[in-house]
Amino acid sequence: MTHYEKTSSKELRAGMGEGLVEAGRKNENVVALSADVKGSVKMDGFAKEFPERFIQCGIAEANMVGIAAGLSLCGKVPFIGGFAEFVTGRVYDQIRQVVCYSNKNVKICGSHAGISLGEDGATHQTMEDIALMKVLPNMTVLVPADFNQAKAATLAAAEHVGPVYLRLGRSKMPCFLPENEKFEIGKAQLLSAGKDVTLFACGHLVWEALQAAEMLEKVGISCEVGAPLQRRPRRQRGPDPRPPLPHADGVRGRGRQVRRERHPRRDAHQLPPPRRRHRRESA
Amino acid sequence: MKTTQELQTIARQVRRDILRMTTAAKSGHPGGSMGTADWMVAMQFNLMEHDPANFTMEGKDQDMLFVSQGHITPVIYSTMARRGYFPVSELATFRKFGTRLQGHPSTEHGLPGIRMASGSLGQGMSVGIGAALGKKMTGDNHIVYTLHGDGELQEGQIWEAAMFAGAKKVDNLISTVDYNHQQIDGTVDQVMDLGNLKAKFESFMWTVVTIEDGNDMQQVLDGMAKAKSLIGKGKPVCVLLQSQMGYGVDFMQDTNKYHGAVLSADDLPKALAQLPETELGDY
Repeated sequence: MTHYEKTSSKELRAGMGEGLVEAGRKNENVVALSADVKGSVKMDGFAKEFPERFIQCGIAEANMVGIAAGLSLCGKVPFIGGFAEFVTGRVYDQIRQVVCYSNKNVKICGSHAGISLGEDGATHQTMEDIALMKVLPNMTVLVPADFNQAKAATLAAAEHVGPVYLRLGRSKMPCFLPENEKFEIGKAQLLSAGKDVTLFACGHLVWEALQAAEMLEKVGISCEVGAPLQRRPRRQRGPDPRPPLPHADGVRGRGRQVRRERHPRRDAHQLPPPRRRHRRESA
Repeated sequence: MKTTQELQTIARQVRRDILRMTTAAKSGHPGGSMGTADWMVAMQFNLMEHDPANFTMEGKDQDMLFVSQGHITPVIYSTMARRGYFPVSELATFRKFGTRLQGHPSTEHGLPGIRMASGSLGQGMSVGIGAALGKKMTGDNHIVYTLHGDGELQEGQIWEAAMFAGAKKVDNLISTVDYNHQQIDGTVDQVMDLGNLKAKFESFMWTVVTIEDGNDMQQVLDGMAKAKSLIGKGKPVCVLLQSQMGYGVDFMQDTNKYHGAVLSADDLPKALAQLPETELGDY
Protein backbone atom coordinates (compact mmCIF):
# COMPACT_ATOMS: atom_id res chain seq x y z
CA MET A 1 0.00 0.00 0.00
CA THR A 2 1.49 3.33 -1.04
CA HIS A 3 0.60 6.35 1.04
CA TYR A 4 -0.04 9.63 -0.77
CA GLU A 5 0.22 12.98 0.94
CA LYS A 6 -1.97 15.89 0.02
CA THR A 7 0.53 18.69 -0.58
CA SER A 8 -1.95 21.44 -1.49
CA SER A 9 -5.32 22.11 -3.12
CA LYS A 10 -5.29 23.46 -6.66
CA GLU A 11 -7.60 23.73 -9.63
CA LEU A 12 -7.00 21.23 -12.43
CA ARG A 13 -7.96 23.87 -15.00
CA ALA A 14 -5.06 25.96 -13.71
CA GLY A 15 -2.75 23.00 -14.31
CA MET A 16 -3.87 23.02 -17.93
CA GLY A 17 -3.24 26.79 -18.10
CA GLU A 18 0.34 26.38 -16.86
CA GLY A 19 0.92 23.44 -19.16
CA LEU A 20 -0.38 25.39 -22.13
CA VAL A 21 2.05 28.27 -21.53
CA GLU A 22 4.90 25.79 -21.27
CA ALA A 23 3.75 23.99 -24.43
CA GLY A 24 3.59 27.39 -26.16
CA ARG A 25 7.19 28.11 -25.19
CA LYS A 26 8.32 24.72 -26.47
CA ASN A 27 6.42 24.80 -29.76
CA GLU A 28 5.63 28.00 -31.64
CA ASN A 29 2.84 26.22 -33.52
CA VAL A 30 0.74 25.85 -30.38
CA VAL A 31 -2.20 28.26 -30.57
CA ALA A 32 -5.16 28.72 -28.24
CA LEU A 33 -8.79 29.58 -28.90
CA SER A 34 -11.50 30.41 -26.45
CA ALA A 35 -15.20 31.25 -26.60
CA ASP A 36 -15.29 34.26 -24.26
CA VAL A 37 -14.07 32.22 -21.28
CA LYS A 38 -10.31 32.57 -21.46
CA GLY A 39 -10.14 33.52 -17.79
CA SER A 40 -12.49 30.76 -16.68
CA VAL A 41 -10.53 28.08 -18.52
CA LYS A 42 -7.19 29.59 -17.51
CA MET A 43 -6.03 30.43 -21.01
CA ASP A 44 -5.34 34.03 -19.98
CA GLY A 45 -1.71 33.27 -19.16
CA PHE A 46 -1.16 31.98 -22.68
CA ALA A 47 -3.08 34.91 -24.19
CA LYS A 48 -0.89 37.35 -22.27
CA GLU A 49 2.41 35.74 -23.22
CA PHE A 50 1.45 34.94 -26.83
CA PRO A 51 -1.22 37.46 -27.88
CA GLU A 52 -0.60 36.81 -31.56
CA ARG A 53 -1.26 33.11 -31.01
CA PHE A 54 -4.47 33.49 -29.05
CA ILE A 55 -7.77 33.69 -30.97
CA GLN A 56 -10.84 35.07 -29.25
CA CYS A 57 -13.84 33.41 -30.90
CA GLY A 58 -16.65 35.03 -28.94
CA ILE A 59 -19.59 33.00 -27.71
CA ALA A 60 -19.66 30.68 -30.70
CA GLU A 61 -18.25 27.25 -29.87
CA ALA A 62 -19.28 25.55 -33.11
CA ASN A 63 -17.34 28.07 -35.17
CA MET A 64 -14.39 27.71 -32.81
CA VAL A 65 -14.19 23.96 -33.44
CA GLY A 66 -14.19 24.52 -37.22
CA ILE A 67 -11.54 27.24 -37.02
CA ALA A 68 -9.34 24.95 -34.93
CA ALA A 69 -9.66 22.19 -37.52
CA GLY A 70 -8.72 24.64 -40.28
CA LEU A 71 -5.72 25.90 -38.32
CA SER A 72 -4.48 22.36 -37.81
CA LEU A 73 -4.23 21.96 -41.57
CA CYS A 74 -1.57 24.66 -41.63
CA GLY A 75 0.57 22.83 -39.06
CA LYS A 76 -0.82 24.63 -36.04
CA VAL A 77 -1.58 22.77 -32.79
CA PRO A 78 -4.81 24.41 -31.65
CA PHE A 79 -6.09 24.10 -28.08
CA ILE A 80 -9.70 25.14 -27.74
CA GLY A 81 -11.01 25.98 -24.30
CA GLY A 82 -14.49 26.20 -22.88
CA PHE A 83 -16.85 24.73 -20.32
CA ALA A 84 -16.84 20.96 -20.76
CA GLU A 85 -20.48 20.73 -21.78
CA PHE A 86 -20.19 23.45 -24.41
CA VAL A 87 -17.03 22.13 -26.06
CA THR A 88 -18.30 18.51 -26.18
CA GLY A 89 -22.07 17.95 -26.18
CA ARG A 90 -23.00 21.28 -27.71
CA VAL A 91 -20.60 20.81 -30.62
CA TYR A 92 -20.66 17.04 -30.91
CA ASP A 93 -21.39 16.92 -34.62
CA GLN A 94 -18.66 19.47 -35.38
CA ILE A 95 -16.11 17.46 -33.38
CA ARG A 96 -17.25 14.27 -35.07
CA GLN A 97 -16.97 15.60 -38.63
CA VAL A 98 -14.07 18.06 -38.80
CA VAL A 99 -11.93 16.92 -35.85
CA CYS A 100 -12.30 13.18 -35.31
CA TYR A 101 -13.56 11.79 -38.60
CA SER A 102 -11.14 14.11 -40.43
CA ASN A 103 -8.43 13.18 -37.87
CA LYS A 104 -7.19 16.69 -37.17
CA ASN A 105 -4.64 17.66 -34.53
CA VAL A 106 -7.08 19.58 -32.32
CA LYS A 107 -6.97 19.60 -28.51
CA ILE A 108 -10.24 20.20 -26.71
CA CYS A 109 -9.94 21.45 -23.14
CA GLY A 110 -13.17 21.09 -21.19
CA SER A 111 -13.15 22.87 -17.88
CA HIS A 112 -15.93 22.88 -15.25
CA ALA A 113 -16.59 19.18 -15.89
CA GLY A 114 -18.67 16.89 -13.75
CA ILE A 115 -20.88 17.13 -10.71
CA SER A 116 -18.09 18.72 -8.67
CA LEU A 117 -19.02 21.98 -10.40
CA GLY A 118 -21.74 22.14 -7.80
CA GLU A 119 -23.21 25.60 -7.46
CA ASP A 120 -23.59 26.23 -11.20
CA GLY A 121 -26.33 23.63 -11.38
CA ALA A 122 -27.28 20.75 -13.63
CA THR A 123 -27.01 22.50 -17.02
CA HIS A 124 -23.30 22.96 -16.43
CA GLN A 125 -22.51 19.72 -14.59
CA THR A 126 -21.68 17.67 -17.66
CA MET A 127 -21.89 13.97 -16.84
CA GLU A 128 -21.85 12.75 -20.43
CA ASP A 129 -18.65 14.21 -21.88
CA ILE A 130 -16.34 11.23 -21.34
CA ALA A 131 -18.90 8.84 -22.80
CA LEU A 132 -19.49 11.11 -25.80
CA MET A 133 -15.83 11.74 -26.54
CA LYS A 134 -14.48 8.23 -26.08
CA VAL A 135 -16.64 6.66 -28.80
CA LEU A 136 -15.37 9.05 -31.49
CA PRO A 137 -12.80 7.72 -33.98
CA ASN A 138 -9.20 8.84 -33.45
CA MET A 139 -10.07 10.60 -30.18
CA THR A 140 -7.88 10.32 -27.09
CA VAL A 141 -9.54 11.16 -23.78
CA LEU A 142 -7.38 12.35 -20.89
CA VAL A 143 -8.79 12.76 -17.39
CA PRO A 144 -5.96 13.92 -15.12
CA ALA A 145 -6.15 13.36 -11.39
CA ASP A 146 -4.67 16.55 -9.95
CA PHE A 147 -3.07 19.88 -10.83
CA ASN A 148 0.35 18.41 -11.55
CA GLN A 149 -1.05 15.69 -13.73
CA ALA A 150 -3.28 18.18 -15.56
CA LYS A 151 -0.19 20.19 -16.45
CA ALA A 152 1.69 17.07 -17.55
CA ALA A 153 -1.31 15.85 -19.55
CA THR A 154 -1.50 19.19 -21.37
CA LEU A 155 2.13 18.90 -22.40
CA ALA A 156 1.54 15.31 -23.50
CA ALA A 157 -1.50 16.40 -25.51
CA ALA A 158 0.58 19.04 -27.29
CA GLU A 159 3.08 16.38 -28.36
CA HIS A 160 0.49 13.77 -29.31
CA VAL A 161 -0.60 13.96 -32.95
CA GLY A 162 -4.37 13.62 -33.23
CA PRO A 163 -7.55 14.76 -31.52
CA VAL A 164 -7.46 14.93 -27.72
CA TYR A 165 -10.15 15.69 -25.16
CA LEU A 166 -8.71 16.94 -21.88
CA ARG A 167 -11.23 16.88 -19.05
CA LEU A 168 -10.75 19.34 -16.22
CA GLY A 169 -12.65 20.50 -13.19
CA ARG A 170 -13.16 23.96 -11.83
CA SER A 171 -12.84 23.38 -8.11
CA LYS A 172 -9.70 23.19 -6.02
CA MET A 173 -8.84 19.54 -5.55
CA PRO A 174 -6.13 17.76 -3.56
CA CYS A 175 -2.70 17.84 -5.14
CA PHE A 176 -0.86 14.60 -4.40
CA LEU A 177 1.08 13.46 -7.45
CA PRO A 178 4.71 14.52 -8.02
CA GLU A 179 5.52 17.62 -10.06
CA ASN A 180 7.01 17.25 -13.52
CA GLU A 181 6.18 13.57 -13.88
CA LYS A 182 5.84 12.64 -17.53
CA PHE A 183 2.32 11.73 -18.58
CA GLU A 184 2.25 8.71 -20.85
CA ILE A 185 -0.85 8.61 -23.03
CA GLY A 186 -2.51 5.20 -23.14
CA LYS A 187 -0.77 3.79 -20.10
CA ALA A 188 -2.64 3.24 -16.88
CA GLN A 189 -0.86 4.05 -13.64
CA LEU A 190 -0.74 1.60 -10.77
CA LEU A 191 -0.78 4.00 -7.85
CA SER A 192 -1.00 1.51 -5.03
CA ALA A 193 -0.51 -2.26 -4.97
CA GLY A 194 -2.95 -4.61 -3.23
CA LYS A 195 -4.27 -8.14 -3.51
CA ASP A 196 -7.96 -8.30 -2.59
CA VAL A 197 -9.74 -5.74 -4.70
CA THR A 198 -8.89 -3.22 -7.41
CA LEU A 199 -10.25 0.28 -7.58
CA PHE A 200 -10.02 2.18 -10.83
CA ALA A 201 -10.73 5.87 -10.83
CA CYS A 202 -10.11 8.87 -13.01
CA GLY A 203 -9.94 12.58 -12.46
CA HIS A 204 -10.09 14.00 -8.97
CA LEU A 205 -11.80 10.79 -7.78
CA VAL A 206 -8.40 9.09 -7.85
CA TRP A 207 -7.70 10.85 -4.56
CA GLU A 208 -10.98 9.53 -3.18
CA ALA A 209 -10.07 6.03 -4.31
CA LEU A 210 -6.74 6.28 -2.51
CA GLN A 211 -8.55 7.41 0.65
CA ALA A 212 -10.94 4.48 0.30
CA ALA A 213 -8.01 2.10 -0.12
CA GLU A 214 -6.48 3.34 3.11
CA MET A 215 -9.79 2.85 4.92
CA LEU A 216 -10.18 -0.65 3.50
CA GLU A 217 -6.61 -1.46 4.51
CA LYS A 218 -7.55 -0.69 8.11
CA VAL A 219 -10.34 -3.30 8.04
CA GLY A 220 -8.08 -5.89 6.47
CA ILE A 221 -8.90 -5.52 2.78
CA SER A 222 -5.87 -5.00 0.58
CA CYS A 223 -6.76 -2.63 -2.22
CA GLU A 224 -5.05 -1.95 -5.53
CA VAL A 225 -5.65 1.50 -7.03
CA GLY A 226 -5.27 2.22 -10.73
CA ALA A 227 -5.46 5.48 -12.67
CA PRO A 228 -6.23 6.83 -15.12
CA LEU A 229 -9.11 4.71 -16.20
CA GLN A 230 -8.42 2.97 -19.47
CA ARG A 231 -10.98 2.38 -22.09
CA ARG A 232 -10.97 -1.37 -21.58
CA PRO A 233 -11.20 -2.60 -18.03
CA ARG A 234 -8.76 -5.21 -16.83
CA ARG A 235 -9.93 -8.76 -17.13
CA GLN A 236 -8.92 -11.68 -15.00
CA ARG A 237 -7.43 -14.56 -16.95
CA GLY A 238 -8.55 -17.92 -15.56
CA PRO A 239 -10.51 -18.47 -12.36
CA ASP A 240 -10.29 -15.72 -9.75
CA PRO A 241 -8.53 -17.27 -6.75
CA ARG A 242 -9.86 -14.70 -4.32
CA PRO A 243 -12.84 -15.34 -2.07
CA PRO A 244 -15.84 -13.08 -2.54
CA LEU A 245 -16.00 -10.05 -0.31
CA PRO A 246 -19.44 -9.91 1.26
CA HIS A 247 -19.38 -6.23 2.07
CA ALA A 248 -17.97 -4.95 -1.21
CA ASP A 249 -20.31 -6.30 -3.81
CA GLY A 250 -19.85 -3.32 -6.07
CA VAL A 251 -16.16 -3.94 -6.43
CA ARG A 252 -16.00 -7.72 -6.19
CA GLY A 253 -14.09 -9.42 -8.94
CA ARG A 254 -11.38 -7.80 -10.97
CA GLY A 255 -12.54 -6.23 -14.13
CA ARG A 256 -15.33 -4.26 -12.52
CA GLN A 257 -15.21 -0.52 -12.77
CA VAL A 258 -16.36 1.75 -10.05
CA ARG A 259 -17.25 5.13 -11.41
CA ARG A 260 -18.92 6.97 -8.62
CA GLU A 261 -19.32 10.20 -10.46
CA ARG A 262 -21.22 8.58 -13.28
CA HIS A 263 -23.72 6.91 -10.98
CA PRO A 264 -24.33 9.46 -8.25
CA ARG A 265 -27.76 8.23 -7.32
CA ARG A 266 -26.41 4.82 -6.49
CA ASP A 267 -24.21 6.41 -3.87
CA ALA A 268 -27.31 6.91 -1.81
CA HIS A 269 -27.72 3.09 -1.71
CA GLN A 270 -31.29 3.55 -2.87
CA LEU A 271 -30.85 1.64 -6.10
CA PRO A 272 -29.68 -1.91 -6.78
CA PRO A 273 -25.99 -2.35 -7.62
CA PRO A 274 -24.97 -1.70 -11.22
CA ARG A 275 -25.71 -4.33 -13.81
CA ARG A 276 -22.82 -6.71 -14.22
CA ARG A 277 -20.95 -5.92 -17.43
CA HIS A 278 -18.53 -8.82 -17.46
CA ARG A 279 -19.23 -12.35 -16.45
CA ARG A 280 -17.54 -13.13 -13.18
CA GLU A 281 -15.32 -16.14 -13.52
CA SER A 282 -15.98 -17.55 -10.06
CA ALA A 283 -18.75 -16.94 -7.61
CA MET B 1 -4.74 28.57 -68.36
CA LYS B 2 -7.67 27.41 -70.46
CA THR B 3 -9.71 29.55 -72.80
CA THR B 4 -13.33 30.22 -71.95
CA GLN B 5 -14.36 27.84 -74.72
CA GLU B 6 -12.09 25.09 -73.39
CA LEU B 7 -13.54 25.56 -69.92
CA GLN B 8 -17.06 25.29 -71.33
CA THR B 9 -16.11 22.02 -72.98
CA ILE B 10 -14.70 20.65 -69.74
CA ALA B 11 -17.86 21.73 -67.91
CA ARG B 12 -19.98 19.81 -70.42
CA GLN B 13 -17.90 16.71 -69.89
CA VAL B 14 -18.16 17.19 -66.11
CA ARG B 15 -21.96 17.35 -66.42
CA ARG B 16 -21.92 14.07 -68.34
CA ASP B 17 -19.81 12.57 -65.56
CA ILE B 18 -22.23 13.83 -62.90
CA LEU B 19 -25.25 12.24 -64.56
CA ARG B 20 -23.50 8.96 -65.39
CA MET B 21 -21.99 8.65 -61.89
CA THR B 22 -25.24 9.27 -60.04
CA THR B 23 -27.39 7.07 -62.25
CA ALA B 24 -24.81 4.26 -62.01
CA ALA B 25 -24.76 4.62 -58.23
CA LYS B 26 -28.58 4.89 -58.13
CA SER B 27 -28.10 7.68 -55.58
CA GLY B 28 -26.44 11.04 -55.17
CA HIS B 29 -27.07 14.73 -55.76
CA PRO B 30 -26.99 15.73 -59.43
CA GLY B 31 -28.97 19.01 -59.17
CA GLY B 32 -26.56 21.22 -57.23
CA SER B 33 -23.63 19.51 -58.94
CA MET B 34 -24.90 20.49 -62.39
CA GLY B 35 -25.56 24.06 -61.25
CA THR B 36 -22.05 24.60 -59.85
CA ALA B 37 -20.19 22.78 -62.62
CA ASP B 38 -19.15 25.98 -64.42
CA TRP B 39 -17.87 27.61 -61.23
CA MET B 40 -16.05 24.46 -60.15
CA VAL B 41 -14.34 24.03 -63.54
CA ALA B 42 -13.34 27.71 -63.63
CA MET B 43 -11.89 27.40 -60.13
CA GLN B 44 -10.02 24.14 -60.63
CA PHE B 45 -8.61 24.94 -64.06
CA ASN B 46 -8.04 28.70 -64.09
CA LEU B 47 -8.65 30.59 -60.90
CA MET B 48 -6.96 28.58 -58.16
CA GLU B 49 -3.22 28.35 -57.68
CA HIS B 50 -2.74 24.71 -56.78
CA ASP B 51 -0.70 21.66 -57.71
CA PRO B 52 -2.91 18.58 -58.12
CA ALA B 53 0.04 16.28 -58.87
CA ASN B 54 1.69 17.14 -55.56
CA PHE B 55 -1.25 17.37 -53.20
CA THR B 56 -0.42 17.93 -49.54
CA MET B 57 -2.77 18.26 -46.62
CA GLU B 58 -0.94 21.43 -45.52
CA GLY B 59 -1.46 23.13 -48.89
CA LYS B 60 1.49 25.43 -48.21
CA ASP B 61 1.90 28.09 -50.90
CA GLN B 62 -1.29 26.95 -52.61
CA ASP B 63 -4.88 28.14 -52.65
CA MET B 64 -7.32 25.92 -50.76
CA LEU B 65 -10.96 25.12 -51.47
CA PHE B 66 -13.45 23.75 -48.94
CA VAL B 67 -16.83 22.67 -50.29
CA SER B 68 -19.15 23.06 -47.34
CA GLN B 69 -22.18 21.42 -48.92
CA GLY B 70 -20.51 18.02 -49.16
CA HIS B 71 -23.41 16.41 -50.99
CA ILE B 72 -22.29 17.82 -54.37
CA THR B 73 -19.52 15.22 -54.55
CA PRO B 74 -20.33 14.35 -58.19
CA VAL B 75 -19.07 17.74 -59.37
CA ILE B 76 -16.23 17.82 -56.82
CA TYR B 77 -14.88 14.41 -57.81
CA SER B 78 -15.37 14.89 -61.53
CA THR B 79 -13.56 18.25 -61.67
CA MET B 80 -10.79 17.02 -59.39
CA ALA B 81 -10.23 13.92 -61.49
CA ARG B 82 -10.34 15.92 -64.72
CA ARG B 83 -7.83 18.36 -63.18
CA GLY B 84 -5.45 15.53 -62.31
CA TYR B 85 -5.90 14.86 -58.60
CA PHE B 86 -6.68 11.18 -59.24
CA PRO B 87 -7.44 8.95 -62.24
CA VAL B 88 -10.61 9.75 -64.15
CA SER B 89 -11.37 6.02 -64.27
CA GLU B 90 -11.90 6.07 -60.50
CA LEU B 91 -15.14 8.01 -61.05
CA ALA B 92 -16.72 4.64 -61.87
CA THR B 93 -16.37 3.68 -58.19
CA PHE B 94 -18.51 6.59 -56.94
CA ARG B 95 -20.59 5.54 -53.91
CA LYS B 96 -19.55 1.90 -54.33
CA PHE B 97 -18.42 -0.29 -51.45
CA GLY B 98 -14.74 0.27 -50.66
CA THR B 99 -14.41 3.41 -52.79
CA ARG B 100 -12.44 6.53 -51.96
CA LEU B 101 -15.29 8.46 -53.56
CA GLN B 102 -17.88 8.31 -50.81
CA GLY B 103 -21.25 9.99 -51.14
CA HIS B 104 -19.91 12.80 -48.99
CA PRO B 105 -16.20 13.68 -48.90
CA SER B 106 -14.01 12.00 -46.31
CA THR B 107 -10.30 12.09 -45.58
CA GLU B 108 -10.09 8.57 -44.17
CA HIS B 109 -8.82 6.94 -47.36
CA GLY B 110 -6.50 9.73 -48.41
CA LEU B 111 -8.21 10.92 -51.58
CA PRO B 112 -5.98 13.69 -52.98
CA GLY B 113 -7.73 17.05 -52.97
CA ILE B 114 -9.93 16.45 -49.93
CA ARG B 115 -8.68 18.10 -46.75
CA MET B 116 -11.80 17.90 -44.60
CA ALA B 117 -14.84 15.71 -44.31
CA SER B 118 -18.08 17.51 -45.08
CA GLY B 119 -21.71 16.59 -45.37
CA SER B 120 -23.07 17.84 -42.09
CA LEU B 121 -23.87 21.34 -43.31
CA GLY B 122 -22.72 24.73 -42.14
CA GLN B 123 -19.16 23.88 -41.11
CA GLY B 124 -17.03 24.73 -44.13
CA MET B 125 -16.81 28.48 -43.57
CA SER B 126 -15.40 27.96 -40.08
CA VAL B 127 -12.82 25.54 -41.42
CA GLY B 128 -11.96 28.00 -44.20
CA ILE B 129 -11.46 30.77 -41.65
CA GLY B 130 -9.12 28.52 -39.66
CA ALA B 131 -7.07 27.76 -42.75
CA ALA B 132 -7.06 31.45 -43.71
CA LEU B 133 -5.79 32.41 -40.24
CA GLY B 134 -3.22 29.61 -40.47
CA LYS B 135 -2.00 31.00 -43.78
CA LYS B 136 -1.70 34.48 -42.30
CA MET B 137 0.24 33.10 -39.31
CA THR B 138 2.65 31.19 -41.54
CA GLY B 139 3.19 34.05 -43.98
CA ASP B 140 1.48 32.27 -46.86
CA ASN B 141 -0.37 34.85 -48.95
CA HIS B 142 -2.56 32.39 -50.83
CA ILE B 143 -6.34 32.46 -50.85
CA VAL B 144 -8.80 30.20 -49.06
CA TYR B 145 -12.07 29.57 -50.91
CA THR B 146 -15.25 28.07 -49.56
CA LEU B 147 -18.44 27.08 -51.36
CA HIS B 148 -21.87 26.94 -49.75
CA GLY B 149 -25.41 26.11 -50.73
CA ASP B 150 -27.97 28.87 -50.22
CA GLY B 151 -30.20 26.55 -48.20
CA GLU B 152 -27.12 25.75 -46.12
CA LEU B 153 -27.10 29.35 -44.91
CA GLN B 154 -30.01 28.38 -42.67
CA GLU B 155 -27.44 26.70 -40.41
CA GLY B 156 -26.58 28.96 -37.47
CA GLN B 157 -22.87 28.15 -37.56
CA ILE B 158 -22.59 29.92 -40.93
CA TRP B 159 -23.50 33.19 -39.22
CA GLU B 160 -21.14 32.56 -36.33
CA ALA B 161 -18.43 32.18 -38.94
CA ALA B 162 -19.57 35.16 -41.01
CA MET B 163 -19.55 37.30 -37.86
CA PHE B 164 -16.04 36.16 -36.99
CA ALA B 165 -14.61 36.68 -40.48
CA GLY B 166 -16.00 40.20 -40.71
CA ALA B 167 -15.08 41.23 -37.20
CA LYS B 168 -11.57 39.79 -37.37
CA LYS B 169 -10.93 41.05 -40.92
CA VAL B 170 -10.16 37.66 -42.46
CA ASP B 171 -9.40 39.22 -45.83
CA ASN B 172 -7.78 36.20 -47.48
CA LEU B 173 -11.09 34.34 -47.64
CA ILE B 174 -13.58 34.19 -50.53
CA SER B 175 -16.84 32.43 -49.69
CA THR B 176 -19.12 31.68 -52.62
CA VAL B 177 -22.82 30.99 -52.18
CA ASP B 178 -24.49 28.82 -54.80
CA TYR B 179 -27.56 31.04 -54.93
CA ASN B 180 -29.90 28.74 -56.88
CA HIS B 181 -32.95 29.35 -54.67
CA GLN B 182 -33.67 25.61 -54.35
CA GLN B 183 -33.40 23.11 -51.53
CA ILE B 184 -34.79 19.63 -50.86
CA ASP B 185 -38.18 20.57 -49.45
CA GLY B 186 -38.96 23.34 -51.94
CA THR B 187 -37.69 26.75 -52.94
CA VAL B 188 -35.52 28.51 -50.40
CA ASP B 189 -38.15 31.23 -50.12
CA GLN B 190 -40.79 28.64 -49.19
CA VAL B 191 -38.62 26.77 -46.72
CA MET B 192 -36.91 29.70 -45.00
CA ASP B 193 -36.66 33.02 -46.78
CA LEU B 194 -33.10 34.32 -46.58
CA GLY B 195 -34.14 37.91 -47.11
CA ASN B 196 -31.59 40.26 -48.62
CA LEU B 197 -28.51 38.10 -48.66
CA LYS B 198 -26.24 40.83 -49.99
CA ALA B 199 -27.29 43.20 -47.23
CA LYS B 200 -26.90 40.44 -44.65
CA PHE B 201 -23.27 39.78 -45.57
CA GLU B 202 -22.51 43.49 -45.89
CA SER B 203 -23.88 44.08 -42.42
CA PHE B 204 -21.50 41.35 -41.21
CA MET B 205 -18.68 43.51 -42.63
CA TRP B 206 -18.06 41.54 -45.83
CA THR B 207 -17.62 42.80 -49.39
CA VAL B 208 -20.17 41.19 -51.71
CA VAL B 209 -19.72 40.41 -55.41
CA THR B 210 -22.71 39.17 -57.39
CA ILE B 211 -22.38 36.97 -60.48
CA GLU B 212 -25.66 37.48 -62.30
CA ASP B 213 -25.47 34.27 -64.32
CA GLY B 214 -23.47 31.59 -62.55
CA ASN B 215 -23.76 29.29 -65.55
CA ASP B 216 -22.12 31.75 -67.95
CA MET B 217 -18.44 30.82 -67.95
CA GLN B 218 -17.23 34.31 -68.86
CA GLN B 219 -19.30 35.91 -66.11
CA VAL B 220 -17.94 33.37 -63.62
CA LEU B 221 -14.36 34.11 -64.64
CA ASP B 222 -14.90 37.88 -64.49
CA GLY B 223 -16.79 37.78 -61.20
CA MET B 224 -14.23 35.60 -59.46
CA ALA B 225 -11.39 37.75 -60.84
CA LYS B 226 -13.10 40.74 -59.27
CA ALA B 227 -13.44 38.85 -55.98
CA LYS B 228 -9.73 38.01 -56.07
CA SER B 229 -8.89 41.67 -56.63
CA LEU B 230 -10.59 42.46 -53.31
CA ILE B 231 -8.27 40.18 -51.32
CA GLY B 232 -6.14 41.88 -48.66
CA LYS B 233 -8.39 44.90 -48.29
CA GLY B 234 -9.51 44.33 -44.71
CA LYS B 235 -12.72 42.45 -45.43
CA PRO B 236 -13.68 38.87 -46.33
CA VAL B 237 -15.33 38.54 -49.75
CA CYS B 238 -18.67 36.87 -50.45
CA VAL B 239 -19.65 35.89 -53.99
CA LEU B 240 -23.34 35.38 -54.72
CA LEU B 241 -23.32 32.95 -57.62
CA GLN B 242 -26.76 33.04 -59.19
CA SER B 243 -26.84 29.60 -60.71
CA GLN B 244 -29.59 27.22 -61.75
CA MET B 245 -29.93 23.86 -60.09
CA GLY B 246 -29.76 21.14 -62.75
CA TYR B 247 -28.32 23.49 -65.40
CA GLY B 248 -27.44 21.81 -68.71
CA VAL B 249 -30.46 19.55 -69.14
CA ASP B 250 -33.78 21.31 -69.82
CA PHE B 251 -35.99 18.99 -67.80
CA MET B 252 -33.66 19.13 -64.78
CA GLN B 253 -33.66 22.93 -64.52
CA ASP B 254 -35.92 25.16 -62.43
CA THR B 255 -36.85 22.36 -60.07
CA ASN B 256 -35.55 20.87 -56.86
CA LYS B 257 -36.61 17.42 -58.01
CA TYR B 258 -33.02 16.41 -58.74
CA HIS B 259 -31.45 17.84 -55.61
CA GLY B 260 -31.03 14.39 -54.15
CA ALA B 261 -32.67 12.19 -56.80
CA VAL B 262 -30.97 10.69 -59.83
CA LEU B 263 -32.06 10.17 -63.40
CA SER B 264 -33.54 6.79 -64.22
CA ALA B 265 -31.75 4.55 -66.70
CA ASP B 266 -34.44 5.53 -69.21
CA ASP B 267 -34.03 9.28 -68.70
CA LEU B 268 -30.22 9.25 -68.72
CA PRO B 269 -29.80 8.92 -72.52
CA LYS B 270 -32.29 11.77 -73.05
CA ALA B 271 -30.26 13.98 -70.76
CA LEU B 272 -26.90 12.97 -72.21
CA ALA B 273 -28.20 13.75 -75.69
CA GLN B 274 -28.31 17.39 -74.58
CA LEU B 275 -24.68 17.19 -73.46
CA PRO B 276 -22.69 15.64 -76.31
CA GLU B 277 -19.52 13.79 -75.34
CA THR B 278 -16.38 15.92 -75.69
CA GLU B 279 -12.89 15.04 -76.91
CA LEU B 280 -11.99 14.46 -73.25
CA GLY B 281 -14.13 11.33 -73.39
CA ASP B 282 -16.33 9.66 -70.80
CA TYR B 283 -14.68 7.90 -67.87
